Amino acid sequence: MSLLLKNALLVEPDLNKVVEGNLVIRNGLIDRKDFAADNEIDCTGKFVAPGIVDLGVKVCEPGDSHKESYESAGKAAAAGGVTTIITRPDTKTAIDTPETFDFVKKKGNEDCIVNVFHIAALTKDRKGREICEIGMLSEAGAIAFSDCDNVIQDNKIFSRALKYASALNVLVIGHPQERSLSQGAVLTSGKFATLRGLPSVSPVAERIALERDLALVEMTNARYHFDQITNMNSIEVLKRAKKSGLDVSAGTSIHHLSFNELDIADYKTFFKLKPPLRSEKDRLATIEAVRDGTIDIISSMHTPQDEESKRLPFEDAASGAIGLETILPAVLRLYHSKQLEMYQIFNAISLNPAKRLGLASGTLKHKNVADLIVFDADKPFILNRELLHSKVKNTPFDGQKLQGRVLRTFVKGKEVFSI
Amino acid sequence: MSFTQKHLLGIEGLAQSAILEILDKAEKYADLNLKTHKRVDVLAGLTQINMFFENSTRTQASFELAGKRLGADVMNMQVHGSSIKKGETLVDTALTLNAMRPDLLVVRHPHSGAVDLLSQKVNCSVINAGDGQHEHPTQALLDALTIRRAKGRLHRLNIAICGDIAHSRVARSNLLLLGKMENRIRLIGPPTLMPSQISEFGVEVYHDMHAGLRDVDVVMMLRLQKERMDGGFIPSVREYFQRYGLDYKKLSHAKDDAIVMHPGPMNRGVEIDGDIADDVTRSVIQEQVEMGVAVRMAIMELLSRNYSNKQKKLLS
Repeated sequence: MSLLLKNALLVEPDLNKVVEGNLVIRNGLIDRKDFAADNEIDCTGKFVAPGIVDLGVKVCEPGDSHKESYESAGKAAAAGGVTTIITRPDTKTAIDTPETFDFVKKKGNEDCIVNVFHIAALTKDRKGREICEIGMLSEAGAIAFSDCDNVIQDNKIFSRALKYASALNVLVIGHPQERSLSQGAVLTSGKFATLRGLPSVSPVAERIALERDLALVEMTNARYHFDQITNMNSIEVLKRAKKSGLDVSAGTSIHHLSFNELDIADYKTFFKLKPPLRSEKDRLATIEAVRDGTIDIISSMHTPQDEESKRLPFEDAASGAIGLETILPAVLRLYHSKQLEMYQIFNAISLNPAKRLGLASGTLKHKNVADLIVFDADKPFILNRELLHSKVKNTPFDGQKLQGRVLRTFVKGKEVFSI
Repeated sequence: MSFTQKHLLGIEGLAQSAILEILDKAEKYADLNLKTHKRVDVLAGLTQINMFFENSTRTQASFELAGKRLGADVMNMQVHGSSIKKGETLVDTALTLNAMRPDLLVVRHPHSGAVDLLSQKVNCSVINAGDGQHEHPTQALLDALTIRRAKGRLHRLNIAICGDIAHSRVARSNLLLLGKMENRIRLIGPPTLMPSQISEFGVEVYHDMHAGLRDVDVVMMLRLQKERMDGGFIPSVREYFQRYGLDYKKLSHAKDDAIVMHPGPMNRGVEIDGDIADDVTRSVIQEQVEMGVAVRMAIMELLSRNYSNKQKKLLS
C-alpha cells in the first residue's frame, strides 16, 4: 500500500523551509523520489509536516487511569497531530523501577495508537534521596530521567545522580524551580498577584534553580534538559550557558507561550499551572527565545486533572492543563501573528525533541519513518472541551477561537486519525 | 440607582457612584441606630446565613445585628473544622446551603477567591466578609463612611495605611476604594510586609513612619498577625513597635486634626500605643465599629432590592 500526498506544502524543519511538492508514504516510510502510488490525496493549500514529538506528557497510568489512560492519551495525541508522546514518571506510583517501567511500556505498546517513550524517575519515588537503577531502566528503554516537579534539594545527591547519569550518557530532565521560594505559591509575584491576594513566587526562583543546575551540569558533564523556561531572566542565563558549550537544552510549555497571568482573571483554576503563568513581557520574551533558538522545544506539558481537583478555591486546586489536542492550533497562533515561521514551529515541536532524544522522526527526509501529519493551518473553530478525546477536559482553551486543524495523522505510515 | 450588583464580592468591581449610593444609604441607618427603636422590616421574611470558615467575633456579630435590625431571619454557621474535616468541598457545602433557600449569604473564607467560587454556585446574593488576602469590601466601606463623617469629604485626602500591607485584605480593599475616590494614598511598613510591585498601584511607599505620616489627614493602622511576629518577616515585636508602632511622637508628624483608625482587633503595644487607641480626640476606632453595622445594613438592603427587582423581571 502506498499513498501520495499531492501538491502539499511540505514543512522541512531540518532545511528551515517550506516547499510545495509531493510525498509518498510507502511501507511505513517516506518516499520523496518515486511518486507512483496506489492512492492519492490532493493536499493543495494544506501543510504536510513531521508529526509532533511531545516531551513531558502525563498519562495517569498506573494509579489514576480515570484521568487519562494510554488508550485515551493515544487518541487525543493522534487527533492533535502528536505522533510520539514522551511520558512523565510522576504518576501516582512513580516509574522508578524496571518493574513499573515494564508495566507502562507494555501498556503503551498495547493500548496507545501513537509512538510512546517513557521517562523514568531519577531518584526513588521521586523523593530526592536515593538514585534509581538508571542502568537497568536505561536498558529497559527509559529515554530520559527526571523527578519532574519534585526538584532535588540536596546538592550532594543531585550531583551524584548527574555524575552517574553522565557516565551512562543518558539525558536528565530538570524542572528549574527553587523550592524554598516557590513552596505554596500559586501565582507569579507582581501587581496581579497582589490584587488577587494569592501567595506568589518571584520568577527569580526559576533563575536560581537554573543557575544551580547549570553549575552541577558543568561539574558532572551531564546531558541536561530544562523542562520549562518561562521568564526573561532565566533566558539570559540559559543563553550564556549554551554559549559556554554545556550540553544543555531547554523547553517551554505551549500554555506559557499562549497566556499570561491576567488570563487567570477571577480565579480560573484551569489556568493554574506549574510554574505559574508569567507576565506578558515574559511571555513575549519566551516566544523570542524560541525564535532565536535559545529555547529548543515546545511541549504541551499535558497534565490531566479531574473536575473535583479543579473545582476548588484557587490555592487548593490542582495545577496543570491538558494540551495534546490543542498544542498545534495554539502554536499556530504564533504563526498567524507572524511571531514564528512555520519551519521554526516544527523545529520546536518535532525535530528538536526528536534529535535531543535520539529519535529518527522529526523530518520529511526520504526513507525516514512516516510519522507525519496533514493539517489546514487556517481553518477556524471554537474549541469545545467536551469534544476532546482526553478523559478529563481541563483545558484553558475552552471556548477560545483557534485556527488550524489536523486533517490526518500517520504513525509509521499508518493512518491513525482523519477528519 | 448605581449599585445594581447581585453580590458584593469586592471593591474592585464597584463604580464610584455605587460606593456613594451605599454610603448615603448607610448614613440613614447610622441615624436609625442611635434611636431606641432600631428596627425596620425591609428584609422581613428573608433568610440570611452567615457562613464563617474562619474565626470571627466582630464581623460576624456586626452582620448578625445588621440582619436582625432589618428584620431578616439570621442564622450563624461556624464551618471551620466540621464539614471541611469530613472532606466536603466548598462547592458541595455551597450547594447544600443553597438547597435551604437562603436569600443572603455572608461568607468569610481563609482562601482568596473562595467567596467568588461559592457565589457562582448559589442562587442568592453573596456578601464577601473577607476572603484570604484578597478583599474585605464591607470593612473598606465602613472605613470610608467613618472618614467621610470625620473629615466631611472622601476625596483629596492624604491617607496613610500602615503596617502589614502584604497579608491584609483590609489594605487591598481600602487601597481600591480610596483610590477610586481620588485620594492620595501612602503605604508605610517594613519592606518584608509590602506586596511585590506595589508602586504600580499609584501609591507612595514609605518604609519610615516619620516621613510617611507627614501631613496626612488619616492614619489607618493594620493588625499585625501573630504568626508574622516571630523573626520571619520582622526581627522582633519590640523593634516593630519602635519603628512602626503608632505613638504620639510619630503621630505628631501628621496633621493636627488627623484621625486614627484600626480595623480591630488591636494589638496594643505592637502596632498601636494603647493611649492613642483610647484618645477620643484622635481615635475613631469605636466609630468604625458603629459604622460597620450601618454599612452592612445598607448593603443588605440594596442587595435585596437588586435581588427582588431581578425576581420581578423574571416573573413579568
